[in-house]
Amino acid sequence: MKQEYIITVFSEDHIGLLSRITIIFTRRKINIDSLTVSASAIPGIFKFTIVIKETLDRVQKVVGQLEKVVDVMKAYFNTNEEMICQEIALYKVPIEELFESDKVEQIVRKSGARILEITREYVVIEKTGHTNETQQLFDELNEFGVTQFNRSGRVAITRSSIEKLSEFLKERDALLEQVD
Amino acid sequence: MATKRVSGSQAVILSLLEEGVDTIFGYPGGAIMPIYDALYDFDQQVTHYLTRHEQGAIHAAEGYANVTGKAGVCFATSGPGATNLITGLADAQIDSIPLVCITGQVASPLLGTDAFQESDVISITLPVTKWNYQVTSAEEIPEAIAKAFHIATSGRPGPVLLDISKDAQFGLFDFEYKKCTKIRSYLPEYPVDPFQVKAAADIINEAKKPLILIGHGVILGHAEEELKEFIEKTGIPAAWTLLGLSALPSDHRLNVGMLGMHGNYGPNIKTNEADVIIAVGMRFDDRVTGKVAAYARQAKVIHLEIDPAEINKIIKADVPVLGSAKKSLRMLIGNVNQNSHDAWLQEFRDCDKIEYEKVISHDIHPNKVGLTMGEVIRIASEKTNNEAVLVTDVGQHQMIASRYFKFSRTRSNVTSGGLGTMGYALPASMGAKIGQPDRVVFAVAGDGGFQMTIQELGTIAQYGLDIKIIVLNNNFLGMVRQWQQLFFEKRYSFTEMKNPDFVGIAKAYGLASQKVTSRDQLEDAVQAMLDHKGPFVLEVVVEKEDNVFPMVPTGASVSDILLEP
Repeated sequence: MKQEYIITVFSEDHIGLLSRITIIFTRRKINIDSLTVSASAIPGIFKFTIVIKETLDRVQKVVGQLEKVVDVMKAYFNTNEEMICQEIALYKVPIEELFESDKVEQIVRKSGARILEITREYVVIEKTGHTNETQQLFDELNEFGVTQFNRSGRVAITRSSIEKLSEFLKERDALLEQVD
Repeated sequence: MATKRVSGSQAVILSLLEEGVDTIFGYPGGAIMPIYDALYDFDQQVTHYLTRHEQGAIHAAEGYANVTGKAGVCFATSGPGATNLITGLADAQIDSIPLVCITGQVASPLLGTDAFQESDVISITLPVTKWNYQVTSAEEIPEAIAKAFHIATSGRPGPVLLDISKDAQFGLFDFEYKKCTKIRSYLPEYPVDPFQVKAAADIINEAKKPLILIGHGVILGHAEEELKEFIEKTGIPAAWTLLGLSALPSDHRLNVGMLGMHGNYGPNIKTNEADVIIAVGMRFDDRVTGKVAAYARQAKVIHLEIDPAEINKIIKADVPVLGSAKKSLRMLIGNVNQNSHDAWLQEFRDCDKIEYEKVISHDIHPNKVGLTMGEVIRIASEKTNNEAVLVTDVGQHQMIASRYFKFSRTRSNVTSGGLGTMGYALPASMGAKIGQPDRVVFAVAGDGGFQMTIQELGTIAQYGLDIKIIVLNNNFLGMVRQWQQLFFEKRYSFTEMKNPDFVGIAKAYGLASQKVTSRDQLEDAVQAMLDHKGPFVLEVVVEKEDNVFPMVPTGASVSDILLEP
């Protein structure tokens, strides 16, 4: 059964690595729902956070292929429940809607969103949350006409106290010593 | 080590020398000219072979890597030179062949400007390289080359590509070389886990009908001796995959032949009767497994494999043993009991008898007028005491040759297994001959594949490469025709070929050649070819519509292997 998985890839920071990682999905015709690249807590090590909908078997195999990439140190996969994740979304709504009634204001307050900028023409609203939450706000605001919308990729961290990779790197060093 | 001020181009050659390279295949062009200019001064240390096409260069490098176990090296220029390498890269990637390919690139300020002969080689080669890297300054060259060799040859080998911009080739810097032995993000192989070995040994010691599958990993991992010791100690019958061929002598008592679609009857049938399967350095390709859902369901599977991504990829392993084949087998030998499985082995021999009667006797001792591919191969093998190197192309002749050629030494089978690259044999045989100059090297091709890279006859002639080229000519794309006959109601859609006079072509290249059309000429012609000093093209006109059997039809189980249509 397909479900949403978050794949975390730890890697060197090299040009072209993003392509080398994404073609692994392309080749298997797997759509990437979201992809975020950022630094990790370990200096010099980058982190790709990739969200896909797939079966467990396919996710396991993809992770195996990701780990084959020379510049990749380690890849993990988790379900949403296993991670703490967030996305950020920005919405642009015409300014009249804010003045004509208090409905927009109520929606913003209720959803815990905040207003980033107000101009003569529009208001920009920011909301952080899970996809369903930012989507719900979009649906509500769209009754008044959202003229621009953008949602970020998912960022996610595990519930373990340290970056899982730290342990891995120690083990890896030991393994590299052992093999000739 | 003392440093020395050199150009990037000189650094390329010096770095290759540091890696022990003495053979390069390539084709020059604008963006790689500085490197070729540097090469000019090193003709005492390096021999460069100018092929007739970059595809020829890379297949030659593959053939060289195959027979020597060293990385094959090839050069090409930017743009079309680099794109002509793609087929070879894909071939080497899927067959785990260590290659270091160096392409010239336009000067770095021109990158992305659609400059003359610019192509985005790094992006294009991503899916067909184990690793690639673009060098845009001379200083990066030694480290990039050191890394390239380490990655290409360690762990599960594969092709790497370095794209070096022209300004990096001209740049001056202080050269210093340090070999690469470790990359923190890359673990070539896992140390073998004694618990996995013990678990595997326990199963093997209890097995009643075990079967060993010999893969390419045995050869790539230099584990032939360990394999032999392992099978001799356990007495377990062993079958090889297409790329496992020659890892064990063909006539070894426990060698039960080839697996797969056109493999032998016994190992295919018995795969679905074995209680334990011990796969060594192989990846359960679909040509080996047939229908996966009906493959060895009854057996416990022990999978010795260097690449963790291969474990459970196709066939679930009950006990995986991660690590190099050599170390895994060595440890396994220490844990398994001396044993024999003579009754079980006899079952394979019984299958051999059936296969001989139904298939082999007709293939090698035909009672029809037309020549068969099988008899040609068998004569070539016998006349060289089964000691030659066999380089095959792709198609019917490849399967026939794999079935009927016999091997007494390892690294004697060079073929395009995973990718199935027609046009592979002729250029690959050049690398094989250069890598093993003292051995007889046969290049066997069909009339189709031969014409895909026929221009390499020019290279063979120029360097006098003593290759015995056998063209098995049925004036058809035989394997496709066979499938059309069996599965497409004999609708021979674009498979018949009107061929040129191959003898005339050979002659035009200044090569000795002969055409054989009947059985009574065959043996003498093969002998004449072998007696001739230098390259020889032997065209053998074979039966037009012969089929390769046995056959596991696509989608069928290995136990449903057909002995006849």
